[in-house]
Formats: sequence, structure tokens, C-alpha cells
Amino acid sequence: MNNEDIREILELVREHNLLSFEFERDGARLRIQRSPFQGSFQSVSEPGEVPLPRSGTPAPLSPQVPRPETVRIITSPIVGTFYRSSSPDAAPYVEIGSSVTKGQILCIIEAMKLMNEIESEVEGTVRAFLVENGQPVEYGTPLIEIDTKAEEAS
Amino acid sequence: MATPPAKRRFRKVLVANRGEIAVRVIRACRDLGLDTVAIYSTADRTALHVQMADEAVCVGPPEGYGSYRNIPNIISAAEISQADAIHPGYGFLSENAHFAEICHAAGIVFIGPSPETIALMGDKARAKALMREAGVPVVPGSIGTISSESEGLDVASEIGYPLIIKASGGGGGRGMRIVTSPDEFSNAFQTAQTEALQAFGNKEVYIERFFINPRHIEIQVLGDGKGEILTFGERDCSIQRRHQKLLEEAPSPFITAALRSAMSQAAIAASKAADYVNAGTVEFLVDPEERFFFIEMNTRIQVEHPVTESIFRYDLVKAQIQVALGEPIPSPPSRPEGHAIECRINAEDPWTFTPSPGTITRLVLPGGPGIRVDTAAYQGAVIPPHYDSLVAKVIATGRNREEAMDRMLRALTEMRVEGIRTTIPFHLEVLRDPTFRSGRYSTSFVEHFMERRAQASGTEPAETNA
Repeated sequence: MNNEDIREILELVREHNLLSFEFERDGARLRIQRSPFQGSFQSVSEPGEVPLPRSGTPAPLSPQVPRPETVRIITSPIVGTFYRSSSPDAAPYVEIGSSVTKGQILCIIEAMKLMNEIESEVEGTVRAFLVENGQPVEYGTPLIEIDTKAEEAS
Repeated sequence: MATPPAKRRFRKVLVANRGEIAVRVIRACRDLGLDTVAIYSTADRTALHVQMADEAVCVGPPEGYGSYRNIPNIISAAEISQADAIHPGYGFLSENAHFAEICHAAGIVFIGPSPETIALMGDKARAKALMREAGVPVVPGSIGTISSESEGLDVASEIGYPLIIKASGGGGGRGMRIVTSPDEFSNAFQTAQTEALQAFGNKEVYIERFFINPRHIEIQVLGDGKGEILTFGERDCSIQRRHQKLLEEAPSPFITAALRSAMSQAAIAASKAADYVNAGTVEFLVDPEERFFFIEMNTRIQVEHPVTESIFRYDLVKAQIQVALGEPIPSPPSRPEGHAIECRINAEDPWTFTPSPGTITRLVLPGGPGIRVDTAAYQGAVIPPHYDSLVAKVIATGRNREEAMDRMLRALTEMRVEGIRTTIPFHLEVLRDPTFRSGRYSTSFVEHFMERRAQASGTEPAETNA
């Protein structure tokens, strides 16, 4: 089992939305456990480490790179499901690289059958999406990164 | 863990609460083989209920209205986590009929009574009227407001003295006058009206019997959903400060078997009149002549439910969930065994009762025979300033009241909570107080106890031995 295999399994686990997965081959064992938000007593701590709870912020899906100071993160103001467009057939509100103005609709959070439009609080350029289309989000989940540098330059 | 039957009304319970009661509900769900979803505010990311549940969803900022009272976010949290039932705990949305109704509309089972029952009991005037109809004694008083002095005197002679004149629009002591005899009535009535007008812009007043040294006794009921109302005896909640209960015990040292039976019958009549389903509590005032009067019915699980659980050896929270599942509940033993006391350990200064939020730097919980601790505290846990100050409930059970008190003393002497101030020292003194130990106390106990204490420390340095 090499790193490539593990990466592939992780992808599959995520794709099929499995909460746990166990796999054994040639003496190597792999156990994956996840939760849509946070798990129960699932945190692994090193021996001797004080078992403090995890932070509630789910890790972004893209690898963490230091963010420039000009980047603003739009977080979810409500609990619901994240959508990039108003309907499955419609074009996404914004793409990476789109320039946005203050008050422009960036995405939708569906909650209790209502589509809540999330507006940009700043002017700038969409830098990254931190959640996937159709993913459940909680209050405060980071959704979209916006680079405000363009605004400052003007 | 119990093996769940193949088909149940719900499988995953969202616990719409925090602190010790959220932990308590999660445990009951586990015992029933149900999955759990915790909700939390940004101030509670590291809270124990969040760690214990199978899943957790952040529903808002620290302030309760934005998170633990935020109905849309809580319903959404149930939807995205596919929870098909909600347990509201106590406080927050537990007695919010609108919330219970929205749960039903969203196809989520609300673990509690019907929205209609919650609304009825939440309207104190309607609840009192219903109880009168059902033959349950209510605090004697005027029906509606009193407009003139002569009308007031007529009503007063029916109610009897002492009585209290209260402002309809008010609260907090203003516009209130206690009248002990008819010749005081005229002056008191006018002053109350004037005060009411000045304070609340409305001079309407009403009259109620005033009780000197009453006891606050409540009867635990459980409607099984099939038309049966079970009762679990009484809890004595007379040890309170400014209407905040501090210590409860069961059975009451004051209540006789005959009185218990009469109060239980009244509680059954009250529950049946309200079509009551699930756990509830009927609260009464009991005067020194052993007459009892309905105050209100709480349509939720109470903070102090463990004292009843201890002497009846019955899991009330589990039964709440079983009733909601439509599954049969076990019948309680016909008579309780022993005596149980609960001390509420609050994050407060023990003598001024000023809140003391902060981080618990060291925690040693008591144990041993007869001790139960319900808490969400752990070493390193943060007690945020946004919510109630309850840190832990220590419940001591013994063969009799004496043994329960002694075990509680032992437990609270063992218990260590550092980093915040707690009410442990208050409870230790109360447990050694001769009046408390005699069992002959009323709702004015804490006031008198604090006065005695202040006098003692004024005349001579604080005594260390009891």
C-alpha cells in the first residue's frame, strides 16, 4: 500500500460519503474515520498529551497555504447546504478569478427549503472556494476567499 | 449498548441544548442505541457535549438567541445531519410551543408534550383557569384585575388575609403591597395603584393570598402517550434564593403520606386536563397547614430530576425518549426507597452569588457510595459568561435523610474545582445548619440563613466548627 493507494482510498471514502472505512492487505491496515462536522471522541492524542477538544472549524479541502493579508474569508452566517448556483442547471454565481463588488451574490445556503443568498462583504477577486457544491455547512464555516488587493490598488 | 429494533420512529436525536443536560440526554440516547447530534455556539467549541455526540453542528454566535434559541439554524442542523428527533432539554427552546410546532411541520419528532399543551401551560392565566375547572386548588386570588377599593375589599374578605396586591403590568417588587388586616387595605390599595401607575404606566392591580413561609413542592409526572399518567412523588425545592433553586430533595421532609397522595391525585387531574404526554412537573405552594395550591406546570424535564430518579431507580430522560418513540415504558416501583439530595454547584461567588465564569484549571469530582455527578465540566473546560452558571449537580442518596446529608457533606468536601469560584462552600454550611438538618424549613430559609450568617460574622469571627 503506497501513498498513491491511500490517496485514492481517501478520495473514494469522501466521494461515497462514508463515515468509516477499514482495509487490510499484506499485513498493512488502514482505518479511516470521519464525520460531516466533528466526530465523537475521535480525536487521536499522543501518549501523555492532554486530550483537549479539537477546534470546531473544519479543515479546508484545499491544502493550507499561508494567506496574504489582503484575503478576506466569507463565512456562513447560517446552517444549511452550500450551493454555487441558484439551481442545478444554472451557471455558478462566481468562479475563481471572478471580480466581485460589495453586495454581489456569491453563493446560496439552502436552509429549511429556503435559498439564502450570500452576498460579498467586500470588493475583490474570488481566490478560492473552501467548500464543495452541495456540502452541508455550519455557522461560521469558511466558504470563499476573496482577494481585496484589486480594491486597494484602485 | 442496546440492539435497536429494526424499525423505529426515529434513529438520530439532535440535542438542542448544552452543558450537563445535553450530556445527560446523549447518555440516554446511547442507552437506547440512538445516534446523537450536538449543536453548539462559537463559545462552546470545546464543550463536553460537542465531544461526546456522534456529530456536532455549530449553530451560531455565543448569545443564546443567535445559537441555542435560533430556531431556523437548529432545524437546518437537524436537516443536514438527518436527525429525525429533537430533545430540547430544559431552558432555551424547551417550553417554546412555536418551536415544537415547527419540528412537527418539518417532520422531526419533538421529544416533549404537544405544542398545544406547551402553549396552554405557558399562558399562566389560562393554565390557572383550566386547573380551577379540573378541581385542582390554585392560589386564591381575584379573577382579573380590581378597579375599585370597595371591589377589592369584597374580594379580600373572600380570599382572606394576609394577602398581596400586585401590579398587573409589573414585577420586581414595585406596585406590590402585603396587607395583613382589613383596616390596612385602603392605604395599601391606593399606594399600590399609584406605584403601579408610576412604574408601569398602568394602575391595574390584582389580589392574591399571601403565604408566609410556604414550601415549594413539585410532583413529577410522566404521560405515557396512551392516556396513562404516572406520578413519581414529590421534590422539595424550598431552598431557593430569589426564586432560583439551589438544593432539592426527595422525598420532602415535610410531606405526609396522605398529603403526598392528595397532591399526586391533583397532579394527575392537572395533567389529564392538559392532555399531557411525556415528562412534566406540577408545582405547588404548600402552606404550614398542609394546604396546597397549584402555581404552574413545567412542560419539560427539570434540572432536579435526578433526585426522583435516585429514589425511584428510574431513568426519566430515557423514558421521555421511549414515549416519543411510541415504545412501552417500564412502570415505576410503587414506593420509592431512601432519600436523595441534589446540590447545584454554580460558577458563582458562594456568598454574593456573583457569576464567576472562567477556565476550570483543576477538577476533582466526588464519588463513592450513593454519589452521582451530572456535569459537563472537565479539567481545562471553559465556563462561558453567556449561559447559566450551573457547573455540576451532585446527587447524594442514602437509606434515609441523615445518610443522604452525610454523604453529600463527604462528597462536597472531596470535590475540588479550581480556576473559578463555586457555591460549594455555601452548600457545605447549609448541610451543617441545624434548621436545614431538622427538615423544618420554608422558601425563606436562604434569606434567614444569610441573615444569621451575617450576624454571626458581625459579632464574632467566622466559626469553623458546626
